[in-house]
Amino acid sequence: MLSCKQTSQLVSQSLDRQLTLRERFAVRAHLLICKYCRRFQQQLLTIRLGLTRMSRSIEQDTNIQMPSEAKARIGKALEAESK
Amino acid sequence: MKKISVHDWLTEHSDYLYRFALARLRDPHLAEDVVQETFMAAIKSPTFAQQSAPRTWLTGILKHKIIDVMRKNIREVSATDLMHDEDGNMDEFFDEAGHWSDKPLAWDVPDDALQQKQFLAVLQTCMDKLPAKLAALFLMRDVHETDNEEICKELNITTTNAWVMLYRARMSIRKCLEINWLHA
Repeated sequence: MLSCKQTSQLVSQSLDRQLTLRERFAVRAHLLICKYCRRFQQQLLTIRLGLTRMSRSIEQDTNIQMPSEAKARIGKALEAESK
Repeated sequence: MKKISVHDWLTEHSDYLYRFALARLRDPHLAEDVVQETFMAAIKSPTFAQQSAPRTWLTGILKHKIIDVMRKNIREVSATDLMHDEDGNMDEFFDEAGHWSDKPLAWDVPDDALQQKQFLAVLQTCMDKLPAKLAALFLMRDVHETDNEEICKELNITTTNAWVMLYRARMSIRKCLEINWLHA
């Protein structure tokens, strides 16, 4: 039987690699009886989803524009290059 | 001829490319730099004039530039530093038998837009609190979904070490959220 410490490590690793069949069964068995580890797993998934959302909201926010100084600088650099 | 069209591209695509870079690098200056490098690479490319879908083409170049920056950032982080920085084990969370001593709380996953926004703001603060080195690794993995083996190659660490470090990063972020978001 896995301890909570071992389970939490494997739950974290399940985000980074494919767990072995044996590990998956062991984790699932532990999660069935341990609400704290279930919460832990849920938290990690919430964090990951939050990070994805954060990236997407930056990408889609058309209010965010490149500063005009930067645009001018790039324009100049391009001009110098194409001469 | 060449000059005119690259300036049109700059007007038309620079904001889009900037947001794309910012979403991944989370640093305005770095984002500006990679967009500049992208345009510079584009103008030097022999196939430049024949591009029928410039935005897609430019985005492809940009993706490579972003990965280069991440590599460089993470290379400045030596793996030994990483290990030393967060050398403490997880004793603060578990008792001798490996049971939770600091039990994870139930999170009400934010559902409305305002709560979601607050949650994301605290999440960002918690990310900022991570030791820089751990944050770099964490960003590379959880935000960029960079392949693990590639990360390890860059950092010259074993996959086992990477798992341990990512575990610590996640532990510390979730704890930070419990303190600053849940109890706020």
